Amino acid sequence: MIKIKDISKSFSDKQVLAGISGELEKGKTNLIIGSSGTGKSVLLKCIVGLIQPDTGSVFFDLRNFTEADKEMKSDIRREIGMLFQGGALFDSKNVQENVMFPLDILTKMSPAEKIERVNFCLKRVGLEGVNKKMPSEISGGMKKRVGIARAIVNNPNYLFCDEPNSGLDPQTSILIDELIMEITHEFDITTVVVTHDMNSVLGIGEKIMFLYKGNKLWEGSNNDLIHSGVKELDDFVFTNKVMRSLKDKA
Amino acid sequence: MLVSTFMGAVTTLQTGANLVSPFVPRFIISNVVREMTILELAPTIMAVIYAGKVGSSMAGGLGTMRITEQIDALEVMGINAASYLVLPKIVASILMYPLLVIVAAVCALMGGYLVGTLTGLLTPTEYVYGIRYAFNPYFITFALIKTFVFAFLISTISSFKGYYTQGGALEVGIASTQAVTSSIIAILLADYFLAYLLI
Ligand SMILES: Nc1ncnc2c1ncn2[C@@H]1O[C@H](COP(=O)(O)OP(=O)(O)O)[C@@H](O)[C@H]1O
Ligand SMILES: [Mg+2]
Repeated sequence: MIKIKDISKSFSDKQVLAGISGELEKGKTNLIIGSSGTGKSVLLKCIVGLIQPDTGSVFFDLRNFTEADKEMKSDIRREIGMLFQGGALFDSKNVQENVMFPLDILTKMSPAEKIERVNFCLKRVGLEGVNKKMPSEISGGMKKRVGIARAIVNNPNYLFCDEPNSGLDPQTSILIDELIMEITHEFDITTVVVTHDMNSVLGIGEKIMFLYKGNKLWEGSNNDLIHSGVKELDDFVFTNKVMRSLKDKA
Repeated sequence: MLVSTFMGAVTTLQTGANLVSPFVPRFIISNVVREMTILELAPTIMAVIYAGKVGSSMAGGLGTMRITEQIDALEVMGINAASYLVLPKIVASILMYPLLVIVAAVCALMGGYLVGTLTGLLTPTEYVYGIRYAFNPYFITFALIKTFVFAFLISTISSFKGYYTQGGALEVGIASTQAVTSSIIAILLADYFLAYLLI
């Protein structure tokens, strides 16, 4: 479980996050949703420590990450896996080397053990026989899968995904979403997914946090989403006709 | 290599054209070529070329890693991305660039020899005598100091520009152009100050 407390962040004089608090639950896919530019990625980066928040703190299972010393920070980092928007695979390394990289730097496994673990993870995300391919030679969907494999290779307790299906076709998006949800349940991970994709929100939103202009306006599950009574959320959810007709029926 | 060979050839011809007085011995031509090549032309001209080729690709590479979040990916794993990515580039430059300049200087001197003797400006014996005449080993040291400084400047400036890229592909292009211009300006300034301080 991850707990965030009163996180705020401004860039020069522009406030991006205005005191966000909340809990992200273990064994569930926790979604942070909202339209583009509301600060979802900034919040995610504050949580994993890529951006230092101006105020507030982040707790990873009661350990205060924001104020942790170097040693505890690196301990917590070992338990974090992250999938980036474009996959963020290292272009100079092939698929196998990319997935193995966290093991190379964070563990003392033998080469044989590493290969075995890498192949297990690649198989888990549905990729086999592409070990030697370079990132430039594989499709966007495959890059995301490799990114997921790299994120889970060191058995993380926390998995973060920034827009896991941006730039993918709807079908591949759903497969990636389902993969993330399955892995979350299978390995009992605290997963945090940032998205503005309504299919994902309805499909895998076990716990949802809605951001609007740097504030958390609503939180709940995908079942409660359409009865939220929050105008900004309704505007975000019911942007197209199909969605609106769903609401009218409900 | 091509550039440096022509550099030597042209310096030889021009020095030859300017030294028309019969009172000046011919071997002075190659003597001047040596001084100019080792002290100024090889380290500085090569630095400009190096900045254009290696500096821009360093900035472009790091800039791409920044905007595609590869640098963030390293940081999340707890790696200090700056030292992990940048330090090896600086070390490699400081080791390789002096070698490059030595090769360039040798090429330039050979280019001068070829052109000087083929055009009958001076005989092979005169050329070689000029190269060895009044040789001051300190100039080699000075040239090497220059190459270390230039290599350090080019690699740090270019890495800095690339590492702190923000935005998208357009900004990566801008970063790599800026890396080249800033490096060249730094080289020219450093060239002046080193000459002022060390000679
Ligand atoms: N490093 C930064 N420096 C300045 N402004 C930033 C930085 N990162 C993000 N922002 C600004 O913060 C706002 C929120 O960005 P972001 O979290 O990426 O939005 P999204 O919700 O689409 O992920 C944007 O207006 C963006 O311009
Ligand atoms: Mg974003």
